[in-house]
Amino acid sequence: MKLTINGRAREVDVEPEMPLLWVLRDVLDMKGTKFGCGIAQCGACTVHINGEPVRSCAYPVSAAVGQQVTTIEGISRNSSHPVQVAWVEHQVPQCGYCQSGQIMAAVALLKKKPRPSDTDIDSAMTNICRCGTYARIRTAIHAAAGGNAAAKKA
Amino acid sequence: MKTTSFKKSRRDFLVTSAGTGGGIALGFHMPSAFAQKVGAAEAANVNIWVAVNTDESVVIKYARSEMGQGSMTSAPQLVAEELDADWKKVRIEYADTNQHVRMKRAWGDMASVGSRTIRMSQEYLRKAGASARAMLVAAAANEWKVPAGEITVSNGVISHAASKRRTTFGKVAAAAAKLEAPKDVVLKDPKDWKIVGKSMRRIDIPASVNGTQKYGVDTQLPGMLYAAVAQCPVFGGTAKSFDDSRVKSRRGIVKVVSIDDGKAVAVVADNWWRAKEALKDVPVEWDFGANGNVSSASILQYFKDGLVAPEAAVLPNRKGDTDKAFAGAAKVLEAEFFTPYLCHAPMEPMGATVVIKDGRVDVWASTQSGEGTLAAVAGALKTSTDNVYVHKVQAGGGFGRRGGSNDFGRQAALIAQQLPNGTPLKTLWTREEDTQHDFYRPLAMYKLKAGLDAAGNVVGWQTRIAAGSLINQLANIPLKNGIDGPAVEGFDDFPYEVPNQRHEYIQRRTHVPIGFWRTVGWSQTPFAREQFIDELAVAAGKDPYEFRRKLLENEKKPLGILEAVAKAAGWGKPLPKGVFRGIATTEPYGSFTSAVVEISVSDQGAIKIHRVVQAIDCGYAVNPDNIAAQLQGSTVFATTAAMWGEITLKDGRVEQGNFDNYRMLRMREMPKVEVVLAPTGGFWGGVGEPGQAPFIPALCNAIFAATGKRIRSLPLKNQGFTLA
Ligand code: FES
Ligand code: FES
Repeated sequence: MKLTINGRAREVDVEPEMPLLWVLRDVLDMKGTKFGCGIAQCGACTVHINGEPVRSCAYPVSAAVGQQVTTIEGISRNSSHPVQVAWVEHQVPQCGYCQSGQIMAAVALLKKKPRPSDTDIDSAMTNICRCGTYARIRTAIHAAAGGNAAAKKA
Repeated sequence: MKTTSFKKSRRDFLVTSAGTGGGIALGFHMPSAFAQKVGAAEAANVNIWVAVNTDESVVIKYARSEMGQGSMTSAPQLVAEELDADWKKVRIEYADTNQHVRMKRAWGDMASVGSRTIRMSQEYLRKAGASARAMLVAAAANEWKVPAGEITVSNGVISHAASKRRTTFGKVAAAAAKLEAPKDVVLKDPKDWKIVGKSMRRIDIPASVNGTQKYGVDTQLPGMLYAAVAQCPVFGGTAKSFDDSRVKSRRGIVKVVSIDDGKAVAVVADNWWRAKEALKDVPVEWDFGANGNVSSASILQYFKDGLVAPEAAVLPNRKGDTDKAFAGAAKVLEAEFFTPYLCHAPMEPMGATVVIKDGRVDVWASTQSGEGTLAAVAGALKTSTDNVYVHKVQAGGGFGRRGGSNDFGRQAALIAQQLPNGTPLKTLWTREEDTQHDFYRPLAMYKLKAGLDAAGNVVGWQTRIAAGSLINQLANIPLKNGIDGPAVEGFDDFPYEVPNQRHEYIQRRTHVPIGFWRTVGWSQTPFAREQFIDELAVAAGKDPYEFRRKLLENEKKPLGILEAVAKAAGWGKPLPKGVFRGIATTEPYGSFTSAVVEISVSDQGAIKIHRVVQAIDCGYAVNPDNIAAQLQGSTVFATTAAMWGEITLKDGRVEQGNFDNYRMLRMREMPKVEVVLAPTGGFWGGVGEPGQAPFIPALCNAIFAATGKRIRSLPLKNQGFTLA
């Protein structure tokens, strides 16, 4: 199967029904995308398909053929995406395990709504964070949207 | 209760090997056999905690485990402070577990449990920094032939003002490393701190925003195989047989094995998904053992019996005569409370990677106890701990799951043992396996009784706790005088001034494995204690805050934090129509925490949390922003537990499996949390867990204020409430 991941052509020989998550993690050794639940509940495995957030644990790899797959490794060089900058500035992560997925969800949200309201954030950010970093995620999204990731801290 | 002396954590028993006592760092040189290259440019190990490279970077060792609580940053802040290092040049590395064991536990306690990294290691960490600084200064003094006392250090620069000479750590480190460590060092006055007390950015955060942070489950080694595991659904049961005929020849499947006398069956494959899918097609015939009929109902009855059983142990803080006090009381109140089993559910499920090659064992695992994992793997493989190397990585949450039990490491080792020499093996549990094979927060029941005199003074208080014992059941240590320390937290050091007191505990042991769950006893005892205090206040016709204040009159720190939260929350000031508030106070893990929660409740029972004020006095606040983060996170953790958290049993097995039926709080439900840091200095308290302790009772007291309904049992979803 031919895939395009972070703009690069990749060829994998796997079962068509294998979830994209496991192709990324175990076949291509791209470990930034995480496994949390396997049933599209937690969002730890969020990647973009043509810019749309998708839970890759429940997305067969065959469906990704011919589409643009973007993972956390592909959103910027040197962690320079405004969302990543805001995440560091506001010291969002605790354990960090959910944060690849949170960031992918936030990046997709900002693409659609450059100035999201709290309600927009509530409906787009459905990923679970067991460490409870939600308040800082919200602040960081607003900061990234303002184009000023260093905006006032939470 | 004394607030000046702090008891050793009751979780110290987790470290069972030779104790190290104080003075760990001083005088310890890195034996040359262990002296490793720690940096790019010829590092000099000044002592075991501090190495300096010729490029002036300073490597500080971190001996505990980072899982989001932030001590990988805050603990080295203590070392860097006394070292007078330039924080910008500090790099942090994990202390090596194998060296640690061989060097007789040179780095002290390695476990990240009990909110104890700072409070239990602050002294030796600060001394390690001060000692290294003294050695660096002595090396410069020797070179310049000036008295060491005339030398000053700032940001890694060593100066002698009189002779206008300057040098840097990197230039004298090699000479310093050859010197004797000073016998004693003087630590800084807290008012002179420049690094401690500052919100230094968490050292591990940059890797968490670009996918490069490595967790246990991210381990990848050449030729690695993957295992999916199924443990007997009924705890303690074993596999009689399994049938691998349908999967044996499937793509990627290497082997199906049973380990640990049949406690688990595992499919080994070249890809985890293949292993997991194949496992579904391996029928296993289980022998459920004696517990196949156990249910939540049968467990509840057993605990209820414990509330009246005559053989309970009485805690040593017994005072006066409660029976007499009740007989003479104007009013006597009684209430029972119930807190369920809870699962930890860290976002990263359990798993570990093990390679056994020619007698050497390498382990990569997200663990809260590097030593514990090392010992568990050595035990499983019946090899010396000297042969085991546990490589610590960031843990994707811990919350106690990865500390007290090291089943994940043990299991991976036992599977790897069945593979050819040198084959790396990674195990990963499904979320369902993780939920159904946890070591759960112990279930507990409380029966409280208290008497008030005509003036509304509390004249007597009696507590009966029926709960599992972590000390006995998990750690396998016989109970001293029948009392389990963690289960009686909040009652053994009862802060309220009551002339007649009697607190009792009775152990309840079931087949359900129990473990340390964030905030442990303090996650549940305040639910009973702090609601009951509220009930007494109401019965006495007094304001719950003023009522507590009076009872804490002589307890300076608890009183202080209670007043701090009340002030920040504006206790007593009018609230918008339909909004009600509750308050609670606690004394967990060497700290003091109080909370005020403001809510409204709809006619349908939908709770809207308008505001949470969380206040903490942790003595010295090493990294304020991180403490705030811990209190915010603790509030989320506690809200999840309050609203939805329960593990129930049917036919001997856990009924919940994944996040669809073990529900977590999400963004849209996140309450507004205001954190009040009120450090009063003079002591070192924990910060990772204490924020959970006062929240649930404060919430429940607010529910009473709003609805007149007392919450006797958690979670709230079973009491007709939802979260708006
Ligand atoms: S792992 Fe995909 S949503 Fe949880
Ligand atoms: S940061 Fe730990 S789960 Fe979100």
